Amino acid sequence: MTVLAQQLILGLLIGGLYGLAAAGLSLIFGVMRVLNVAHGELIMLGGYGAFWLAALLGVDPFASLLLVIPGSLLLGAMLYWGLFGFVVRAHEEARVKNSLLIGFGLALALHALAVRLWTADERSIPTSYAGAVLAVGDLAIPLVRLATLVLALLLIGTLQLLLSRWRWGKAIRATAEDWQAALLTGIDIRRAYLLAFALGTALAGAAGTLITVAYSVSPSIGLEWTLKALIVVVLAGLGSMIGTFIGGLVLGVAEAASAATFGGPYREIIGLVIFVVVLAVRPRGLFGR
Amino acid sequence: MLEIAGLEAGYGDVRALSGVTLSIAAGEIVALLGPNGAGKSTLLNCVAGLVRPWAGAIRWDGQDLRALDTHLVIERGVALVPEGRRLFAGMTVEENLELGAFAARAWTDRRAALERVYALFPVLAERRRTAVQALSGGQQQMVAVGRALMARPRLLMLDEPSLGLAPRLVDTILKALEAINGAGVAVFLVEQNVAAALSLAHRGYLLEGGRIVGEGSGTALMADAHVRRAYLGPLAVRSADTR
Repeated sequence: MTVLAQQLILGLLIGGLYGLAAAGLSLIFGVMRVLNVAHGELIMLGGYGAFWLAALLGVDPFASLLLVIPGSLLLGAMLYWGLFGFVVRAHEEARVKNSLLIGFGLALALHALAVRLWTADERSIPTSYAGAVLAVGDLAIPLVRLATLVLALLLIGTLQLLLSRWRWGKAIRATAEDWQAALLTGIDIRRAYLLAFALGTALAGAAGTLITVAYSVSPSIGLEWTLKALIVVVLAGLGSMIGTFIGGLVLGVAEAASAATFGGPYREIIGLVIFVVVLAVRPRGLFGR
Repeated sequence: MLEIAGLEAGYGDVRALSGVTLSIAAGEIVALLGPNGAGKSTLLNCVAGLVRPWAGAIRWDGQDLRALDTHLVIERGVALVPEGRRLFAGMTVEENLELGAFAARAWTDRRAALERVYALFPVLAERRRTAVQALSGGQQQMVAVGRALMARPRLLMLDEPSLGLAPRLVDTILKALEAINGAGVAVFLVEQNVAAALSLAHRGYLLEGGRIVGEGSGTALMADAHVRRAYLGPLAVRSADTR
């Protein structure tokens, strides 16, 4: 019983990062109708950003968020200018197709770049507090992972606040709902797209940092994280960032439960089952409009 | 104020407008009448920059609007209430209205503009925190008109604002347009409800098959035999005959 509870807690903790990884993908897809399959590679880059800051400059991995997030924001803006800005000029039906091609190309390029810069080895960031554990009865909660969950929630809460209060946040939501109506209210929707893509990339960078400090990073984690994020987006639906976070927690716990019940290899399968079942039964997702 | 000359537009290979020429002066109410598929919406969308014309000129205070993106057209004082209202369904009445003032020119004064819209449609003030999905069709149309007014336009274009509304609500909307015009805003109205449109409009144009086939004052068009036959229906023709 304790073993199961322990596994479920670990599932919940990684679920927070699933939610954070998915929030960026959801924002970009919801606003631009562009599926960025290189999202996982952007997460991976964020992880290596934190790794470099720690290895070269001795920056604490949690503090490195303060540099990785603005850096990712800038990277997102550059990727929009250089690549994805061309996709949104296409008709809505053509966008997803074109974005898949660009996304796969970008994913391959970033993967190759990461192998070149950091080799194919798995990296993590050693810290003095890495082994700290919060003991609750018989359960042990790793403090670093708990901190990543809390930070993931904080970041998603901040995003939600930006989208509901900030002038351009409202513009992003309006563009997501109806881009033509958004144009008619005087919104420059290209700028809304740019901001959404940059914010989504910043969330990916933050997720990568937290993944690297709580787990590890290697050049090949991209596809796995794109897939997790995609499952969460389908599960949670578009339109609610808090809903996306909850969707991440659900996936994390479901994976842990499935691994505990059927054995380790089944951890990955439950996500795909959720993917198919949600699409068949409730295509707009749990919290989608 | 708005001058359109020789406008040609379409979608793909399909031509929707051929050589449309018309003008709207400051403070006017102008009706655009025509059957479904005549190109009325295309014309409004060309002015708003949502559809790129093939040829011709759209001048606003002498400046060419054709090269401008929609948000810049709005910034210059033209607003469009699109067909089907196109509200932001997940947002409240007030959020929808506030977004209407997104243009830099309107944003700083959005509080005052909001109060003017609430004065025009008091029911919206009562429901300001309600999600627009929960409103009746008439109230949604009020939000759509209010949202366009929030941009403080000098020309308000409306695409079928009475579509699907009960007669009493059509009256409310048209009265509001009269009040808006009274405040100095020119109105360009596309309307199926021809009798109501012409009773309100100073002038009107007839658009058929993408061409302007007639124009005149509201009363002159109302009396025109072709207009009566084609748009006001057999009842109107009969009552005119017996008068």
